Amino acid sequence: MAVPSFLARERIVARPGFNRWLIPPAALAVHLCIGQAYATSVYKNALVEHFDTSLTAIGIIFSIAIVMLGLSAAAFGTWVDRNGPRAAMVTSALFWVSGFLVGALGIYTRQLWLVYLGYGVLGGIGLGIGYISPVSTLIKWFPDRPGLATGMAIMGFGGGALVAAPLSRQLMSFYDPDYDPSVSGSVPDGSAVGALFLTLAAVYFVYMMFGALIIRVPADGWRPAGWDPSMVKQKALVTTESVSARNAIRTPQFWLLWIVLFCNVTAGIGILEQAAPMIQDFFRRGDTSLVTAAAAAGFVGLLSLFNMGGRFVWSTTSDYIGRKPIYMIYLGLGMLLYVGLATLGTTATWLFVVFAAVIISFYGGGFATIPAYLRDLFGTYQVGAIHGRLLTAWSAAGVAGPLIINGVLDTRGTPGQLVAADYRPALFIMVGLLAVGFVANLMVRPVAAKWHEPKRDAAASRTAERSAAR
Amino acid sequence: MTTPPQQQPTHTPVALIAFAWTLVGIPLVYGLYNTVKAALPLFTG
Repeated sequence: MAVPSFLARERIVARPGFNRWLIPPAALAVHLCIGQAYATSVYKNALVEHFDTSLTAIGIIFSIAIVMLGLSAAAFGTWVDRNGPRAAMVTSALFWVSGFLVGALGIYTRQLWLVYLGYGVLGGIGLGIGYISPVSTLIKWFPDRPGLATGMAIMGFGGGALVAAPLSRQLMSFYDPDYDPSVSGSVPDGSAVGALFLTLAAVYFVYMMFGALIIRVPADGWRPAGWDPSMVKQKALVTTESVSARNAIRTPQFWLLWIVLFCNVTAGIGILEQAAPMIQDFFRRGDTSLVTAAAAAGFVGLLSLFNMGGRFVWSTTSDYIGRKPIYMIYLGLGMLLYVGLATLGTTATWLFVVFAAVIISFYGGGFATIPAYLRDLFGTYQVGAIHGRLLTAWSAAGVAGPLIINGVLDTRGTPGQLVAADYRPALFIMVGLLAVGFVANLMVRPVAAKWHEPKRDAAASRTAERSAAR
Repeated sequence: MTTPPQQQPTHTPVALIAFAWTLVGIPLVYGLYNTVKAALPLFTG
C-alpha cells in the first residue's frame, strides 16, 4: 500500500547536523494523545446513564479498543516499518480522530454501536499504529541508549491518561454547568461527553500532526557523535545481526517474550482494574472502610504516577543492567511484592500503597523495556513490525487480567462487602503468572544464526521494499 | 556524526527544540500537578 510522496520515508531522512533531541517530543506528541485510552473511566458513568445500559456494555468500548490496538499493531507493523513514522503518525491521527468523531455521532444519536465502531474499532486501529509508529525510529536515533529512548515515548502513553483525566473533567463541567467533578456522584449529561469527544478530536489532531511534521529518520549508517558500536562491550543477548518480522515470529525467543509481556501485563491489570475498591476493601471494618473514597481516588492517581514513572526510570535502567536482568526484577521481585500485598497488605495503609506502587511501576517498565529487548535480540531491521506483533500479548492480557480478578471476586461476595481475604486467590494467581513469566525470561537465549538476514540481501530487500512503496 | 558526504548539512534551531519540548511538557506538567493534587488525600486522610 503506497503512501503520498510527502509522507514517504525518503522525504524525512535527516540531513547531517540534525539534532536528534527533536525526535522524543515528536514521539511524545503522539503517545500523549493516544494515552487518553486509559482515562475512559472519567465518562463511563455518564455513558451508562446516557445509553441507559450497564457498566459492562460501556466497558466493552475500552475492551474493543485494546483488542484492536494489538491486532492493528500486528497487522500494520511491517507497513509502518516500510513507510516510515510520518506516514504512520498521520494514519494513526486520522483513525484516532475519526474514532472520536464517529463516537460523538453515536452519543448524539444514542446509537451505542456507533461508539463501539468509532472509539472501539477506528480509535483502536489509531492506537495500535500510533503506539508503534515512533518506537523503531527512536531506537535508530538512540542506538547508544535504546531503553531511555523507548522509555521516553512509552512514558508519554502513561502520561496521556494523566493529562486527559483532569482535562476531560474540566471540559465536561464547562459543557454541562450542572456537573461538578468535585462532588461525589455528580455525572455529566451525554451531550457534554459528545462535546468532549469533538474537542479532544480537534486538540489531538493538531498535536499528532505536529509530531508527524517534525519527525525524521536517520540516514543509513548514521550514528551519534563519539559513539562507535565496535567499541561497545559485546553482550551475549545484544545482536548486530538483523532478523525479519516474518522470521522473528518463528523463533522461540519471540514467543518467550510474548509470554513475559502477557504475564507482566495481566498481573499489573489485576491491580489497576480494581485499585480504588481494593484499597477500601483491604481496610474494611464492618460496613465502613478506614480509607475514604477521596483517598481511594488519590491512590488511583498515585498508581498512574508510578505507572508513568516506571516506564521511564526502569527502561532507562535497563540500558545499564541489561534487558534480561531487569525483567528478572520485574517478574521475580514482582512475585515477592504480590505475596507481600496478599499477606502483609492489611497491616498498614502505607505498606499496601508501597507494594502496589512498585508493582505498577514494574507493569509500566515492562511495557517500555520490551522494544529495547526486541532490538537486542532481533536487531533494528524490522523491530517496529516485531514489536507490533508482540503487542497481541497486551490484547490478550487486557482480556485475561479483568477476567481473573473479576471472576475471583464474583465468587467471593458482592462489591462493597468484600475484604482482603477475598482478593488473596486472585493475587496468588498473579504470583503464579509472574512465575511463568520469570521462567520464560530465564529461557531467553540469543537468536539462532539461521534466522539472521544475509547482510547484503537484507540491504537489497530494504531498498526493493522502499522502491515498491514509491 | 557519520553521514553520507553528498548531503547538505542542516542546523536544527535550538528554539524549535525548546518549542517542541514545551508543547509536550506543558500538558505533562498540568497532568502531573492534577494527579499529585488528587493523590494528596491518600496521605492527609
